Amino acid sequence: MNEGSKKTIKTLSFAVLGMFTFSFALVPLYNVFCEVTGLNGKIELRATNDKNIEIDNGRDISLQFVSHNNEEMPWTFKPSEDNIKIQTGKYHTATFYVKNTTNKTMVAQAIPSVAPSNAAAHLKKLECFCFEQQELAPGEEALLPVRLIFDDKLPSSINSVVLSYTIFDVTDYDNVELTQHSTNDHHGHDDNHHAQHEMEPSI
Amino acid sequence: MSAVIESHNHDDHHHGPAKGLTRWLYTTNHKDIGSLYLWFSFAMFLIGGVMALVIRAELFQPGMQIVEPEFYNQMLTLHGLIMVFGAVMPAFVGLANWLVPMMVGAPDMALPRMNNLSFWILPFAFFILLSSLFMEGGAPNFGWTFYAPLSTTYAPPSVTFFIFAVHIMGASSIMGSINVIVTIMNMRAPGMTLMKMPLFVWSWLITAYLLIAVMPVLAGAVTMMLMDIHFGTSFFNAAGGGDPVLFQHIFWFFGHPEVYIMILPAFGIASHIIETFSRKQLFGYASMVWAMASIAILSFVVWAHHMFTVGLPLAAELFFMWATMLIAVPTGVKVFNWVTTMFKGSITYETPMLFAIAFVVLFTIGGFSGLMLAITPADFQYHDTYFVVAHFHYVLVPGSIFSIMAAVYYWIPKWTGNMYDERLGKLHFWLSFIGVNVTFFPQHFIGLAGMPRRIPDYALQFADWNMISTVGAFLFGASQILFLFIVLKTVMGGKKATSEVWEGSRGLEWTVESPAPYHTFTTPPKVN
Repeated sequence: MNEGSKKTIKTLSFAVLGMFTFSFALVPLYNVFCEVTGLNGKIELRATNDKNIEIDNGRDISLQFVSHNNEEMPWTFKPSEDNIKIQTGKYHTATFYVKNTTNKTMVAQAIPSVAPSNAAAHLKKLECFCFEQQELAPGEEALLPVRLIFDDKLPSSINSVVLSYTIFDVTDYDNVELTQHSTNDHHGHDDNHHAQHEMEPSI
Repeated sequence: MSAVIESHNHDDHHHGPAKGLTRWLYTTNHKDIGSLYLWFSFAMFLIGGVMALVIRAELFQPGMQIVEPEFYNQMLTLHGLIMVFGAVMPAFVGLANWLVPMMVGAPDMALPRMNNLSFWILPFAFFILLSSLFMEGGAPNFGWTFYAPLSTTYAPPSVTFFIFAVHIMGASSIMGSINVIVTIMNMRAPGMTLMKMPLFVWSWLITAYLLIAVMPVLAGAVTMMLMDIHFGTSFFNAAGGGDPVLFQHIFWFFGHPEVYIMILPAFGIASHIIETFSRKQLFGYASMVWAMASIAILSFVVWAHHMFTVGLPLAAELFFMWATMLIAVPTGVKVFNWVTTMFKGSITYETPMLFAIAFVVLFTIGGFSGLMLAITPADFQYHDTYFVVAHFHYVLVPGSIFSIMAAVYYWIPKWTGNMYDERLGKLHFWLSFIGVNVTFFPQHFIGLAGMPRRIPDYALQFADWNMISTVGAFLFGASQILFLFIVLKTVMGGKKATSEVWEGSRGLEWTVESPAPYHTFTTPPKVN
């Protein structure tokens, strides 16, 4: 085999490895891209440290809350108010009611999404129950707060924003401590729930 | 030239193939491996075809008649996977093996042992995939696009076997592509500059680069699925911070170049055949090359047109709509060149030419329905209907598959030394042509009328066209048995072919005798 062929093979092999790596690099790139542009309604899952966001003469917008339960998540989960009137540049606190309706301790994670998606970049949160997982004992209920603000750069075409939360069951069913509550629960969670929810949120 | 060969090879076994089964297991000869690929892809074509007939039989009438919905979904998934990865792609690799070395005047592929490996891992991949039919929970049932979380959270346990099968197919394609590129870039006969290469070689050079770029991305996507399913990661699981839409982006970043991988070699084939049977030089050689290169480059920036309804922002919808429509320009250049080549030519209508003309006409119909689908607001109506099914079957069946059949008829006299039976060949063409159109044309109508794809049952108003479509499918399926018969008959014997085979054939492969000797161009030919 001549030198030219060896060189071509080497280049192509690197290209293959490079593209394989690139496919994994797409994961963070995609997240960064969505967060920077606010596309996909993605919101930063951490508290804002922006101090100069509050203003006095913001404009009125309406904020709707929507709650979903993922798959067979059995908890009761709903916003305390469906619709509130707020001003941009001013902090507001809203709450969500949540109740573990099962007879075992469960852990949940809420994931937010905003519509229209170009409002996402302008929504900042000081505090949100979605920043961490929620663990509730059997029958326990709670009011989960979210403290949020829309910055004043919110496009003027947007007068109404929907903030949606989907609550996911992230209970570690392999963990004995948590599952001991469910020993009498014959129709309880089956094996196929194990694999997909073991992971801590990566954000 | 034979004297030269004698003096170089004093071992007798270099002159011909070994005998028996081990010839095929151990072979490093590009012609043997080309034949293996072609036979393998034909076997897969029949298996995938039987699955298609199960689907069509179930859809013959509304209501559930023959199979359970779960099994229907498995047929649907395997049909897609087998036709894409088992039939069309290996057939083109087989043609590349047979033809690329002969067309560029090389003695063999650059990496003959890797060539052997890249073929022989394929049967294992498909054995693994097909064996999942007999596993608990059944075969993969999530469609050939295997969107997460359908293919992760809700998948049958056999999904792991599917993932490994895809890994093996990917490895095979990548090795095959490296082989093709190294051969073309480094082993061309003296005097054959890049812009003198036959168009089939050009089309495969571009295809191989596409494969190198996107097969690793497919491997990455299934690896992420594997990790989500077994290792507790959350690439596509929103509860853990992942995103199911990300899966679609990664998949279609592979998937759109993949559809050009399945059509670019067909462009090369059509160019050769139309040129030969029009008895004219191909019109616009350079523009053909540039058109293929532009299509390949554009294929990387249009993937999200498969995802118009996932909730993309307006800017993305517009960008992907315009970028997609831009592809019509180089494609239009190619169709224009083929038609212009035929214009005022002394055309004869042998079987390869019939298939090539049908390719141009029917592929263009598929292209037009693609343009309709590219219009974002219209796509919201067409998305996931039978219109989409009609569109991609028009570009894949009378597109890619007709071009493969055309290539087989065109080059089989060179491969076997015998002419095929022209009368039977024409019969095969007309049965296939009628079968394909009766099958897929009505699907445009039922799709526009709102019949969703991937369902085993449907509303009554779609019954008539579905019945017609099923009749066409069985006609098309049965006519492929005739194809098998014609090929076998040609392999066994027939009128002896000359070296040129066709009046007006151009290219190095027609300068060697028919059948092509086991070793060709051990001394490189000189190209003007």
